[in-house]
Amino acid sequence: MSGDSAASGSGRSGDRPERPVGRTSRGRFRWGRPREGGLLRGEVQGSPVIRLFVRWVRRPLLPVMRLWRRNIQLKVVVTTLLMSLGVVLLLGFVVIGQVRNGLLDAKVKASQSQATGGFAVAKQQADEAASGTGEDTSAVDGRSSQSVIQWMSDLVESLSSGGQGAFDVVTLPMGDESGGGRGPRASGHVDPAESVPGNLRDRIDSGTGAAQRYTRIVYSNGVDSQPGLVIGKQVNDPNGDPYQLYYLFPLTQEEKSLSLVKGTLATAGLFVVVLLGAIAWLVVRQVVTPVRMAAGIAERLSAGRLQERMKVTGEDDIARLGEAFNKMAQNLQLKINQLEDLSRMQRRFVSDVSHELRTPLTTVRMAADVIHEAREDFDPVTARSAELLADQIDRFESLLSDLLEISRFDAGAAALEAEPVDLRTVVRRVVGGAEPLAERKGTRIKVVGDQQPVVAEVDARRVERVLRNLVVNAVEHGDGKDVVVKLAVAGGAVAIAVRDYGVGLKPGEATRVFSRFWRADPARARTTGGTGLGLSIALEDARLHGGWLQAWGEPGGGSQFRLTLPRTADEPLRGSPIPLEPRDSRRNRGLDDAGAPHGGGAGEKRATLPAPPADTEGSARSARDPLGPLSAAATPTADPTALPGNGSRVVSRPAAGAPPRGEPAGPAAGDAAPAGAGTDAGAGGPSGTGDVDELDEPDELDGLDGLDDVDGLEGLDGLGDRRGETSRGR
Amino acid sequence: MKGRVLVVDDDTALAEMLGIVLRGEGFEPSFVADGDKALAAFREAKPDLVLLDLMLPGRDGIEVCRLIRAESGVPIVMLTAKSDTVDVVVGLESGADDYIVKPFKPKELVARIRARLRRSEEPAPEQLAIGDLVIDVAGHSVKREGQSIALTPLEFDLLVALARKPWQVFTREVLLEQVWGYRHAADTRLVNVHVQRLRSKVEKDPEKPEIVVTVRGVGYKAGPS
Repeated sequence: MSGDSAASGSGRSGDRPERPVGRTSRGRFRWGRPREGGLLRGEVQGSPVIRLFVRWVRRPLLPVMRLWRRNIQLKVVVTTLLMSLGVVLLLGFVVIGQVRNGLLDAKVKASQSQATGGFAVAKQQADEAASGTGEDTSAVDGRSSQSVIQWMSDLVESLSSGGQGAFDVVTLPMGDESGGGRGPRASGHVDPAESVPGNLRDRIDSGTGAAQRYTRIVYSNGVDSQPGLVIGKQVNDPNGDPYQLYYLFPLTQEEKSLSLVKGTLATAGLFVVVLLGAIAWLVVRQVVTPVRMAAGIAERLSAGRLQERMKVTGEDDIARLGEAFNKMAQNLQLKINQLEDLSRMQRRFVSDVSHELRTPLTTVRMAADVIHEAREDFDPVTARSAELLADQIDRFESLLSDLLEISRFDAGAAALEAEPVDLRTVVRRVVGGAEPLAERKGTRIKVVGDQQPVVAEVDARRVERVLRNLVVNAVEHGDGKDVVVKLAVAGGAVAIAVRDYGVGLKPGEATRVFSRFWRADPARARTTGGTGLGLSIALEDARLHGGWLQAWGEPGGGSQFRLTLPRTADEPLRGSPIPLEPRDSRRNRGLDDAGAPHGGGAGEKRATLPAPPADTEGSARSARDPLGPLSAAATPTADPTALPGNGSRVVSRPAAGAPPRGEPAGPAAGDAAPAGAGTDAGAGGPSGTGDVDELDEPDELDGLDGLDDVDGLEGLDGLGDRRGETSRGR
Repeated sequence: MKGRVLVVDDDTALAEMLGIVLRGEGFEPSFVADGDKALAAFREAKPDLVLLDLMLPGRDGIEVCRLIRAESGVPIVMLTAKSDTVDVVVGLESGADDYIVKPFKPKELVARIRARLRRSEEPAPEQLAIGDLVIDVAGHSVKREGQSIALTPLEFDLLVALARKPWQVFTREVLLEQVWGYRHAADTRLVNVHVQRLRSKVEKDPEKPEIVVTVRGVGYKAGPS
């Protein structure tokens, strides 16, 4: 079993790197290419070749390196192998050194005494020969040299015969002289000149003492040379002339012993290293297997299989790890189950409360309706009471249902029933439903961008609820001005924006509108009596879809609520086809709205009355005068291209050169500060820091903008706006 | 308009209020407060319509609904406090024709009841074919190769609505209006659940429907005959 797990472990770690390796090497290749080309064309010829070579060498190594980084077992085993190899080598050298010294010391001592004896014998023989032939010496010179030659040959023979092959004897003439019959002589086919090292000869030449050297003894009869010790001394022949006498001791035996020791040590060392490696492997596996098991089980735990546990055997540290791990898993499971139970209880509670509250409410409601129906028969006070009763029960009812809806979201009990829906039908339904209210308010609701189908996988009931909320809000806060509902598709997202030109939002309100029971102005009378939960529910609905619901607004300039939904359920959103800040916002029109309340008022007046441009210009400037040069720079002039796309609004546009100057603030809501003074930054800022993950989104908007929301735009804003957008987008 | 309505509800106040409203609209209500006694009361009263609360002492509403449906096709309208998906769908699947969420307005309730009862007043001799089914509208029967298939009145209406215009794709909203009598869009789950129930009765293979065909993203239409 453990073998299995180890195998699977290594297999896994072998498999996994494959993909990243391939990717990195490919990536590297791609990156390397242009640089390489530049080098080949312009600079050093060699370096790309070297780099290519390095890469060629490295590529097969990369998986190995990856394996090395990931596999602790491999790491430990290799380290152990290397370190034990080092230790064994060190030990081997020390041992071999000592053995050699031991062996050689004895041999050298024996050789020295042998040689000393030999030198003494040679001296003695020379002395004997000299006294024996003393009288003849002066008589016959030639004969004496003749006899010296003979004598020396005899000497070498007699000296070497004493060793019985344990050593050889060599005589060499002094210095460079070679005449006088005293040529080199050697016993046992030793090559005298080769076997005696030159520096030893020099040494013997210069002194009378004995000296020794290690050398290789070379034989003239084809026998292999062998290591040996040479001990030499200057000795006199019977004539009193000095010559060099060398004793050569072969060290074959010692070398054999040494190599035997070496061999033994090497074998032993190899075994030790391999065994250590194996031991390390086994030991590490004992530790690594549970660790890998723990890792695998942790992965499964995090994948939701909470009943997974480690197998614990024994009481060692690994077992403790396992126990701790299991305890952790158990606690996690417990906590998760507790939370699930809580959530279930909460849901149950909500459901029960819902039932318990609704049943009496139904009775009350029916009773109230019956009374309300019959109110004509009552006296005025009772009749009015009946009306109030019916109205407040309506309100109570919607409040209750909103509360229940919110608590359903809080309990995580809300489920998405997504199916492909053409959002245009939803929008039409919502707009149709809001018409009566709009008529009462004198507002016209326009739908833009509904030329082609806008299909997305959504829960139509929820989207309709969100849109109804947005449209009703827009109509309610629109001050009787137009409300524009814009649809757009781009990339993987659909968006519906509801724009009104009413009181707008104060700085910081763009996120607070989604808070529960938040009211824009507590003093403000509510005509339709919302519950204060509508936008919170809408936000939850958007989140449930994996979408965004965001608000933008400027004081006096109206507001825009944008719902962005992924086209297919579960697809993450990356941007929205409609910019959060509408194109006809004050900032996008290049207007300076630091003096928002006045400027805004003047602007709106101008917007609704197509009055002569010069006049409105004057009034606008006077309204914004306190700002001086800043406002002068941005003062709009009538733009002939700003066709009133919606028929009634004349949106004043900056002069042709103005957009770049007015634009630096750009669409990014976050950096609104420089041009837009306090108020604008405030209005843009909070939406940028909103609770949906929208911080990174404005950048991506630009990319999406260009895609295919053109139709919608042209209908709404006309050519001028489109141009402004393009110049900004680039 | 005659109409005996059986109110199955344990809340006496609500039951009484329902009685007041129903009598005011000309119906003849009868009451039962216990799930266990509901079936007996149903057999005794022989109502034209059942108003059924889902939460009952004794047998719960779902079970009662199933039992009534097992022996009669009489329209059943659930009263439910839970508009959650599961409750509604379970109720519809157990055989209810329609549901109404508490709290409701008396007019709304009456409109639903009328819509359910209206159907039984328009017998017109008509013979329709859908797939390999033959529908006798006046005789309220559906036959495949001479074998009659038992459908509830609502399922029958749904099938007839589709069969009358086999060339038309019906959106769920249109079906809600034509079959259930809703004026404005309501819960399209009603349609989904009843189409499933209808399919389970009339299709040879409910997994591969040939009679009631789904048109993805739009709605349903009758299969080719």
